[in-house]
Amino acid sequence: MTEAARPVADDPKAAVRARYEPVIGLEVHAQLKTESKIFCSCSTRFGAAANTQVCPVCLGLPGVLPVLNERAVRFAVMTGLAVGSSIRLRSVLARKNYFYPDLPKGYQISQYDRPLCEGGAIEILAEGERKRIGLVRIHLEEDAGKSLHPEGKEGVSTTRVDLNRAGVPLIEIVSEPDLRSGAEAYHYLTKLKQILVYLDVCDGNMEEGSLRCDANVSVRLRGAKEYGTKTEIKNLNSFRYVEKAIAYEIDRQIARIEGGERVVQETLLWDSARNVAETMRSKEEAHDYRYFPEPDLLPLDLTESWIEGIRESLPELPDALRERLVREQGIPEYDAEVLTETRSLATYYEEVAARSGQPKLASNWIMTEVNAVRNKTGQPIESFPIDAARLGDLVGMIAGEKISGKIAKTVFERMLEDPDGPAAIVQKHGLLPIDDEAALRTLAREVLAANPGPAAEFRAGKEKTFAFLVGQAMKQSRGRAHPEKLQAALRAVLAEEG
Amino acid sequence: MTPAPADWAEASAEQIAESVRGGKVSAEEVTRATLARADRTASRLATFLHRMPEEALASARGIDEGRSRGTTLGPLAGVPIALKDNICTRGIPTTCGSRILEGYHPPYDAHVVERLRAAGAVVVGKTNCDEFAMGSSTENSAYAPTRNPWDLARVPGGSSGGSAAAVAAREATLALGSDTGGSVRQPAAFCGVYGLKPTYGAVSRYGLVAFASSLDQIGPFARTARDTALLFNAICGRDPRDMTSRPEASPVRLEALEEGVKGLTIGIPRDILSGEGIAPAIRACFERAVAALTRSGASLRDVTLPHAKHAIATYYLVATAEASSNLARYDGVRYGLRAKDGNLTTMYEATRGAGFGREVKRRILLGTYALSAGYYDAYYLRAQKVRTLIRRDFSEALEKTDALLFPVTPTTAFGIGEKVDDPLSMYLNDIFSVPASLAGVPALSFPAGFDEAGLPIGLQLAGRPFQEETLLRVARAYEATDDAAARRPAIAKEGS
Repeated sequence: MTEAARPVADDPKAAVRARYEPVIGLEVHAQLKTESKIFCSCSTRFGAAANTQVCPVCLGLPGVLPVLNERAVRFAVMTGLAVGSSIRLRSVLARKNYFYPDLPKGYQISQYDRPLCEGGAIEILAEGERKRIGLVRIHLEEDAGKSLHPEGKEGVSTTRVDLNRAGVPLIEIVSEPDLRSGAEAYHYLTKLKQILVYLDVCDGNMEEGSLRCDANVSVRLRGAKEYGTKTEIKNLNSFRYVEKAIAYEIDRQIARIEGGERVVQETLLWDSARNVAETMRSKEEAHDYRYFPEPDLLPLDLTESWIEGIRESLPELPDALRERLVREQGIPEYDAEVLTETRSLATYYEEVAARSGQPKLASNWIMTEVNAVRNKTGQPIESFPIDAARLGDLVGMIAGEKISGKIAKTVFERMLEDPDGPAAIVQKHGLLPIDDEAALRTLAREVLAANPGPAAEFRAGKEKTFAFLVGQAMKQSRGRAHPEKLQAALRAVLAEEG
Repeated sequence: MTPAPADWAEASAEQIAESVRGGKVSAEEVTRATLARADRTASRLATFLHRMPEEALASARGIDEGRSRGTTLGPLAGVPIALKDNICTRGIPTTCGSRILEGYHPPYDAHVVERLRAAGAVVVGKTNCDEFAMGSSTENSAYAPTRNPWDLARVPGGSSGGSAAAVAAREATLALGSDTGGSVRQPAAFCGVYGLKPTYGAVSRYGLVAFASSLDQIGPFARTARDTALLFNAICGRDPRDMTSRPEASPVRLEALEEGVKGLTIGIPRDILSGEGIAPAIRACFERAVAALTRSGASLRDVTLPHAKHAIATYYLVATAEASSNLARYDGVRYGLRAKDGNLTTMYEATRGAGFGREVKRRILLGTYALSAGYYDAYYLRAQKVRTLIRRDFSEALEKTDALLFPVTPTTAFGIGEKVDDPLSMYLNDIFSVPASLAGVPALSFPAGFDEAGLPIGLQLAGRPFQEETLLRVARAYEATDDAAARRPAIAKEGS
């Protein structure tokens, strides 16, 4: 069965959409977490007062020269190695020439035909299936400054330029056109960010602009060999906007084609307030960047041994860590995927599992209870109030049947506020389980005395009432009664009193 | 030691520094003598764009105070020096001879300026030049054309014409210029002084306002071979702020300059000498120099530079391409001239339209074209390939020779206004200076004689990378046999 013949829901739009194959490639700019800028020693710290982290070099004053920051090269190579790129022993920095007020030199130092890293791939999990998204290249470049457009007096428009960001090191990661939907783009970005954060080369913060993404989108009839005309969407400030904008653009392009029009090659700006993409510039207005090798910097020559040194010092990456957790802890792949969201969450998990000796139970507790709280508060695991040792102890107590799962949830909630260990909290709040037979019989008698009606019904043969009586008893014990033993005690008392 | 001169403006840098260190003269006295010379002639010659008598005297007094406190003084202690106006000086105007940088005060000193201050040199001013070092006559200065001290109706050469003329007229003992395709050597030849273009990478470019980054080198002007060495030594060496500066760059040993030319082989590039257009006086001077060096013990060897004939075309692609990018920063946004005009695009156009002169605009256009999509391979890339061939020509020619000898220019100084409307003929004046620039090898222009009109003739020595010493050694040997370097223009004799 061909894709086009695949049955679709009765949504007519979906039927049309199914005849087309979207083709998407992403260009991601990631800010490298270096202390200083790529060509000078100015700080890269975010949020300083405008134009306070600048010097003659990053201001592009006459006569200055760039000096390449070795750490930026190292971070770019780490990223390349992590995604399986080949690293060029000789790469070339190049000037990309264009005029803009926030571009102090009138050119951006970037890389063109000889980038630092080529090839490689990122594996994503999309709709339950693993898919490799190829990479074209990863290259080094400098960031531009920021243009600010404050409200002018009486409609006078002014532009202010903050050059703190000018010269901050970036890598641009260019994917192959291997993505097929906005959702895949979302997964790709999530995975890319995860890798960058694991490597500790980028903080992955989209709000502060540490990660920026442009999307190239085209559509073609399924089975077609040629690509359709593509458009580029810019101003995508969150992964969700990327997903939405791509979906929007796919529909727009299909609608044009279906309407007998052609897709025009252009650059679009995403308007997240109105959920539309609008033309920024057409192909005719496209810049001729006049790239040429940067004469102020010699070709960037690396040695095999330097690269190998970096390869050996790479941290464990999410895919490897996930596979190791599955192998060593015996937890399902899905759990491992969730637990490796960040390196610190995985470390937290490994500690809880080790302390409790309960890999799967530990995973359940983190995925449900811990993540439920974190989703509400937005806390990273590093600042979660219950550290791995205390959660490990709690999980251990559940497994050792020292407390029930239900009590454990109460204890967990108290632990969010109370720095004591779970055992101490159980003591302090009288949450110890009641499993002593005499005590359970006393409890049963009290419950039957308080509920003569239902007791009588049960004795008259209405078995259903038993559940009600168990519930009442459990309630009175504040959940502490051992469930099986409580039932046994109830039946025994009902029998002897009957 | 030579006796104290009647006028310290005439003294060599070597003699001044020794005398100041030895307490025989104060830096202030030397500086006053030099400033007095400039007072008489600088405005007529238009050598300076910015004179700094107060700062010069203050820094001279600082050196004298340092001496009285027992501070060890540097190798250029008390030596008055002029700087081409494309070398950044903190708090002191640096215009590159352009309107677009009128009133611009850099917040930092160029590497060479730091080194000069550390060596004890006294900066007396910023010299006139072709706008952004683009030109061969200093007529492209947006402010005034500099005049040749030997004949005020003629150009001093360019682009470092102000520096060359200032040294020739004794308005400064030494000067720095910058050489991209001959901008130190050609004015040195026209003004009868020494001018050295160091090996590319020998001197840090940090603080030199870029014209063509892969060619630009700061170079010294002086009136003796030894002074040239002294100034080169003060500025050469690796600078971590310039990634193209090289650790191989090493100072010249002054004692080596006295070793003569015995045992040295001088290469004569017959092919480039065979062309038309070399003035007979220059040809004759060249042959005399060859004979003099032979008499002093040098051996000769014919060599060829087969690709040098493509040098001008290659140079005007590479240099303009880089310039088109280097000059993009003058956009009116952050410093320098800003035309008040409508929106961003019209502001850019009006600023650059008003701020740049004709020659700068011409080169920006040429370079932009050479880098444009569809033309890059045919122009910029091909020029880079030819450049590699020219570099190879030099390295082959210098395999069996120690230095190559050839003219600096086909003619002596031409008249002011003579070539301004004919850029191609102006460009062709660089025919002998551009090849060494493209090859990145050191090249020295030394005073070798005079033509029938009494105008100086310079000859050029080119050598292996980082062998500035050899070039200066040959020039010093020639200096010992000829008085060309010792002669003074009439204007420098006024009042002395």
